[in-house]
Amino acid sequence: MANGESEVGADAPAGGFVQLLTPDGERVDSVTTADGMTYSVDFTDDEYKELYRDLVTVRRLDAEATALQRQGELGIWASLLGQEAAQVGSGRALRKQDMAFPTYREHGVLYTRGIDPIMPFGLFRGVDQGGWDPNEFKFNTYTIVIGSQTLHATGYAMGITMDGKIGNGDGEAVIAYFGDGATSQGDVNEAFVWSGVFNAPIVFFCQNNQYAISEPLERQTRIPLYRRAAGYGFPGIRIDGNDVLASYAVTRAALDQARNGQGPSLIEAYTYRMGAHTSSDDPTRYRIASEVESWKAKDPILRMKSFLTKQQIADDAFLGEVDETAKTLALDLRERVLAMPDPQPVTMFDNVYPHGSPEIDAQRAEFERYHASFEGSAN
Amino acid sequence: MSRIKEFTLPDLGEGLTEGEILAWLVKVGDTIELNQPIVEVETAKAAVEIPAKWAGVVTQIFHEAGTTVEVGAPIVAIDTDPSAGPIPSAESLAAVEIAPAEGAVEPGLIGGPAPGGRTAVLVGYGPKTTTAKRRPRLGTPSESPANVVSPPPSAAAANVVASAPVQPDVPAARVLAKPPVRKLARDLGVDLTSLVGSGPMGSVTRDDVHQAVAAPPAVAAGPAVAVFDASREQRIPVKGVRKLTAENMTASAFTAPHVTEFLTLDVTRSMKAVEKLKGRREFADLRVSPLLLVAKAVLLAVQRHPMVNSSWSGGTNEIVVKEYINLGIAAATERGLIVPNIKDAGRLSLRELAEALNTLVRVAKSGKTPPADMSGGTLSITNVGVFGVDTGTPILPPGESAILAFGAVKPMPWVHKGKIKIRQVTTLGLSFDHRIIDGELGSKFLRDIGEFLTDPEGALLSWT
Repeated sequence: MANGESEVGADAPAGGFVQLLTPDGERVDSVTTADGMTYSVDFTDDEYKELYRDLVTVRRLDAEATALQRQGELGIWASLLGQEAAQVGSGRALRKQDMAFPTYREHGVLYTRGIDPIMPFGLFRGVDQGGWDPNEFKFNTYTIVIGSQTLHATGYAMGITMDGKIGNGDGEAVIAYFGDGATSQGDVNEAFVWSGVFNAPIVFFCQNNQYAISEPLERQTRIPLYRRAAGYGFPGIRIDGNDVLASYAVTRAALDQARNGQGPSLIEAYTYRMGAHTSSDDPTRYRIASEVESWKAKDPILRMKSFLTKQQIADDAFLGEVDETAKTLALDLRERVLAMPDPQPVTMFDNVYPHGSPEIDAQRAEFERYHASFEGSAN
Repeated sequence: MSRIKEFTLPDLGEGLTEGEILAWLVKVGDTIELNQPIVEVETAKAAVEIPAKWAGVVTQIFHEAGTTVEVGAPIVAIDTDPSAGPIPSAESLAAVEIAPAEGAVEPGLIGGPAPGGRTAVLVGYGPKTTTAKRRPRLGTPSESPANVVSPPPSAAAANVVASAPVQPDVPAARVLAKPPVRKLARDLGVDLTSLVGSGPMGSVTRDDVHQAVAAPPAVAAGPAVAVFDASREQRIPVKGVRKLTAENMTASAFTAPHVTEFLTLDVTRSMKAVEKLKGRREFADLRVSPLLLVAKAVLLAVQRHPMVNSSWSGGTNEIVVKEYINLGIAAATERGLIVPNIKDAGRLSLRELAEALNTLVRVAKSGKTPPADMSGGTLSITNVGVFGVDTGTPILPPGESAILAFGAVKPMPWVHKGKIKIRQVTTLGLSFDHRIIDGELGSKFLRDIGEFLTDPEGALLSWT
């Protein structure tokens, strides 16, 4: 068994990454990095199986959403295809009290927080604001503006410190999700500065899927992204983002450091978006087919399946049942999405101010009068 | 709800108004599953596969591949309960579908039926599957749907013919016709506003358009215009290999500055050498052609001038010189031009090269060339001579720096040893990327290929 960064597989980028499960489904016992941190996981067979179930389920739900968009039932969809391991691993590494700040692609993390997967669909279908109570689920609303959630997360993390909720194993920690493109945003750099200076209990989790819509990574950075952290004074580490075990182990360790008062860290999950940035773009215009093919061989689900099979942890009956259950969930999701009611036009004024304002109230009244001017109106 | 469901083209990418049907993946009568890919559609933003919205049997395909369809127009009908017996005819269904509903908004207004049975919307966002109903405003006299409009009544669909220039602001939108009919009319040069529609709600049908072409126009007052009718034009959708070829050629022609040089030479000895090879035991089971010697000449000449086997890497500001030669051979196939390559051809013996060429041609003709064989080429040959032409100025395959055109070998009068003799003569055309290869290098490379083909045995003995 391999031990140490230098021995990870040939699929690693220059500089290596933490990998606990190779693309062939071989377990790496543990990885010790140059700064002396050792990463490993100690899962039971059932825990491995449930991680696999998570991966398959979030992919299947995502596929259904993509289909719904193509069928005109969603205005747009941001697919997570290829990034399941980064999301499920880090999501499962969160403790109950931890707070997550997602982008608009974190459907896998949302799922691991126990949130009904239909929640974001109102937003993508255009029938509601995509809101849920972030405090109830410890999962902030989807953030469309690139990178701004890292500042929200930093503020939240600084608040945790001010509330004195860190310093032991029961402490709280924050995870902020963003992509490689967001690292070029001022917001993200400000978040790094403030988190570093105030030693905020936060883990910056960057899913480097290689493209900021169509811009390749070499247009974002001259050095590997995880090495940016050094400039802000906190540790940075790169993981195989298609390895759910590495994603879990490293995120768990980073969160625990944060909750114990050890400050922020940056995790670069080296992965690949197999589909389009969103349903509105065509990746074949900016990526070559051979690159996509090479990443297919690193699929996060196939390697887990291969591991479970080789280790005889799971049999065909289990694998089949997982697929069937995921399909049932997906079809149920489809039905419920199609049944979402269209909103009344006047509700657009509801959430502008919590207690209204003279200006908005006047606009609402005028809008209501206009609608009432038609025959057959209730009023 | 009806068991026959029509799937309308959705807005696939935030504000699109139309899409082109690239290819149908199913045909009428096919049984399909939910989410099974049924059609490829290209919009201004992306080419995508659309998965079936319902399981069932395809009963009608409204638009053939190559048609541009507006968002909201039906593209396919699916019988969602095929086990329930036969279905009514398509005509009666169509009639039911667009029969005017009470309270429906008149054609052309937002929310009302637009040409082609779709619902008119403001900008783009129009995947509505039903005709919107607009309630009349209070305080206005209740009118029949046809009269609700404020524009002059002459604008109503049925009356369009007589009153040609109505309301300049609201022009031809008054004519009802489905998109394929509109396209047909456009192709045939028929002005839709000049026709009386015979379809439902006065819509113009395909037959109306054909009749208008067949019958001489009633009003012959306009200037006589020689219109070549579209039945004498063939429109071939650009897709597949043709599309890829076009993209590659355009990309190459406008990124790599090409230079082409020509060399006419006496290849009589090469032709004799080919005959000799054919007679040898080692080549007994192989097809030996002059192309084999041209390939060998190119491979040996590359060894003498490695720089020609290179590519331009603009992104990194580098010239990548390759020590391996993946020799591309342009092949005309039924699907179009493909350029499979022989991997590491520089390491092959002449017999192995012949075998590789034979295989490459056989596989290409069968249409089964795997993608891997078509990628990674470093330098190519195009054998235009098989078509009987003298030479050409080939365009570089993307990523390659040189390509050789091998023209027809013909008996020609030639000065041979001081006398005019009939010799076997051909012309080579070499295109190269002038960013990498200067005229001197390109000329020497071509000259060496020529030297080999003029005297293959001598070249083999002295070069290798």
